[in-house]
Amino acid sequence: MSDATAGNLSQAAAEARRDDAAQTGPMLAADGRPLKQSLNRALRAQKLRALALIAPLLIFLLVTFVAPILDMLFRSVENQIVSETLPRTVIALEDWDAQDLPSEDTYAALAYDLHAAVERRIHTRLGSRLNYEETGLSSIFRRSGRGIDDIGEGYAEQFIALDPAWEEPATWISLMADPDWIEEQAAWAATETEMREPAFRLAAGIDDMLPETADAYRSFALTLQAEARNPDSPTTEEPWNTVFLALYRDLSAGAEVGATDGPEIARAEVMRLQEAAAAVSGFTPVDLRARFADIDDGWAEMPIWSTIQTFSDPYTAGYFLAAVDLQLTPGGIEQVEDNQRIYMLLFQRTMVLSLTIMGLCVILGYPIAYLLSNLPLRTSNMLLILVLLPFWTSLLVRTSAWKVLLQQEGVINDLLVWVGLVADDARLAMINNQVGTVVAMTHILLPFMILPLYSVMKTIPPSYMRAAKSLGATNWTAFRRVYFPQSVPGIGAGCILVFILSIGYYITPEIVGGRTGIFISNRIAFHISDSLNWGLAAALGSILLALVLVLYWLYDRIVGIDNVKLG
Amino acid sequence: METKLPPYATTGERLWFYGFRVICGLIFFFLMAPILVVIPLSFNAENFFTFTPGMLALDPEAYSLRHYRDFLTNPDWQQALRNSLTIAPVATLLSVSLGTLAAIGLSQSHVPFKGAIMAILISPMIVPLIISAAGMYFFYSRVGLQGTYWGVVLAHAALGIPFVIITVTATLVGFDRSLTRAAASLGANPVTTFFRVQMPLILPGVISGGLFAFITSFDEVVVVIFVGSAQQQTLPWQMFTGLREQISPTILAVATILVVVSIGLLSVVEMLRRRSERLRGMSPG
Repeated sequence: MSDATAGNLSQAAAEARRDDAAQTGPMLAADGRPLKQSLNRALRAQKLRALALIAPLLIFLLVTFVAPILDMLFRSVENQIVSETLPRTVIALEDWDAQDLPSEDTYAALAYDLHAAVERRIHTRLGSRLNYEETGLSSIFRRSGRGIDDIGEGYAEQFIALDPAWEEPATWISLMADPDWIEEQAAWAATETEMREPAFRLAAGIDDMLPETADAYRSFALTLQAEARNPDSPTTEEPWNTVFLALYRDLSAGAEVGATDGPEIARAEVMRLQEAAAAVSGFTPVDLRARFADIDDGWAEMPIWSTIQTFSDPYTAGYFLAAVDLQLTPGGIEQVEDNQRIYMLLFQRTMVLSLTIMGLCVILGYPIAYLLSNLPLRTSNMLLILVLLPFWTSLLVRTSAWKVLLQQEGVINDLLVWVGLVADDARLAMINNQVGTVVAMTHILLPFMILPLYSVMKTIPPSYMRAAKSLGATNWTAFRRVYFPQSVPGIGAGCILVFILSIGYYITPEIVGGRTGIFISNRIAFHISDSLNWGLAAALGSILLALVLVLYWLYDRIVGIDNVKLG
Repeated sequence: METKLPPYATTGERLWFYGFRVICGLIFFFLMAPILVVIPLSFNAENFFTFTPGMLALDPEAYSLRHYRDFLTNPDWQQALRNSLTIAPVATLLSVSLGTLAAIGLSQSHVPFKGAIMAILISPMIVPLIISAAGMYFFYSRVGLQGTYWGVVLAHAALGIPFVIITVTATLVGFDRSLTRAAASLGANPVTTFFRVQMPLILPGVISGGLFAFITSFDEVVVVIFVGSAQQQTLPWQMFTGLREQISPTILAVATILVVVSIGLLSVVEMLRRRSERLRGMSPG
């Protein structure tokens, strides 16, 4: 009986084994899915949960911090202002060989562009932009703003003398405007709504017949309508003189004003145009180049034209070149004049002073960290407070303290005079120069050196030194061959941290640095808030940022971002 | 280094032992003196940035509270204080809530792109302030945040985030995951587990992260100058303009008050650090 049972059991086990063997598929989890798939799913869920927790912060930072920085980087190469303000001139200059002054056509293009720019009050902005590249251009543009109306004046007078109807806005509307627009405009005018006048549209075909006139009139009409404070309507305003200039140029170029396949224009306008076309050959021509030279001699000289041509691309390396004391000239990249080379000097000084500060921090921080890590915990915790208190004290408090201490009438000078080391009339200049910057910043950054050094030194077992000494090393040898090499990672971490923080400093050099102790940051701030050369500020900022990111990467490689500790 | 000299120490060793201590003492003096000098000077009865003969002679006449009175009555300083106190807490709240959440996410065992995410989250601490300020100035003007209260708050919150991430991540390293599993096995849902089990244990890290974020905002000058307008002038901003133009010793009174505040903050952080070490079973020392 028992044998039979045993036999049955072993038979059942064998069957089960056979079943198992027959099932060649993957191992299954409790819910019947393959274990691997199930595991992957759990892992994916875990990843998604982690990302969901991180996402709000990441999005927040991307919007409030990363996007602004990318925006700034973009600003350092952006240069749309020239091509946006002088679109026609930029095109006209494309094939200009920069040997002689540009052609009369280019001057005409400039006249149209400049007139629109002046009416939109953006010509001075362009002037100050180009002034960064070539001094003096700013005033040329400002003066041109006042004189631009004179440019086509001669032609306007002659057209009006020929037929007073040219003075009437209605003449131009019926010649230029799309009949549908005229209807819309009339409907709009009848209702007196708060809405803006419908945007001006050219009549079909007019720009084929009178290309320059249509273009100039369109820009006149749209500029009037776009006036921010009090928009005006082309139906009530006489066109700018440059529109008459365009009409003269079109007609004298032989526009076919009577063609039957041209645009549908009222009979009266065609007659008027034909009459004008017949008359233009008898007009007194106006020398545009001379007219511009009347406004400002600069327009009859080469530099302004080559500068416009050089910076007509919507993107430029000009700011970056300026940031390293080079400049883009029509002849290629050149160094700026000796007396204007300030940025390389500033970068150099920032690096040298930061290295000095870093070195001083190592020299002062090493003994302290060594002392702290080798004292009994209770004592060292007490002394650590002397390091942490400055660390927690407001940057401005510490900077103002150094200002108080280092001034000529300050505490240290008073002390030296009182002791008799320094004569009262020969007080030391320790502030508003490099000394001030180095001293104050060493003080401010010293805790950033001590804390990483201390955390590394705490992990060095004291028995190593004792072992070395027991093997016959002197104190100095034991320190040099055993202790110091183990503390090097701490020095590295502290140095990179101090250096990164130091090259970006702004506040302290600004207050105690004077003229010779300032850093590149101070110059960036100056360009943003005082000189308003934002592109250059952005380029300087980008270079500084690149430098910091390289160091940051290095820090991550050596120390690991995860291992940064505070306090 | 031994804390006591052995009786058999040579003269050279004795010399070095005391010499080293003197050097360290001088460095500690260098660290502390500037902060300490400010305190007595802030009680100066004169408008000077230096000790008057009267002060050195300990003449009570030479000391006065006039600079403190000026700070407490001058509307400019009061407005600046109010601004600082309305900006910093809101910025702190923002960075602590978002930062803690993210730190918990980052402490999970499987986080894709962890390195890159960490680099972005820490970057506000690394990127020079002038660059952050310049970028924010341009960008915030574009979206209409420049010169507004919320613009400054958002900027300051971004600057405080790395500190929250670093401190909270550090606390989470010592966090025992089996505790949350235990809570879950007893039927707690994730939200309950978070607030009843995890949060109380990582609270010290969260609070000290918050204090760091607070002091970052409270002490920040560069970004607020660029992103804020005159209405958001904070205490450090007021001090900065004062120092640049060198106008009033009221700055020293403010500095003294700030030193006292930082002593307070430091004590809180130190207390929290010891508490969290004790919780983790380390010796508080």
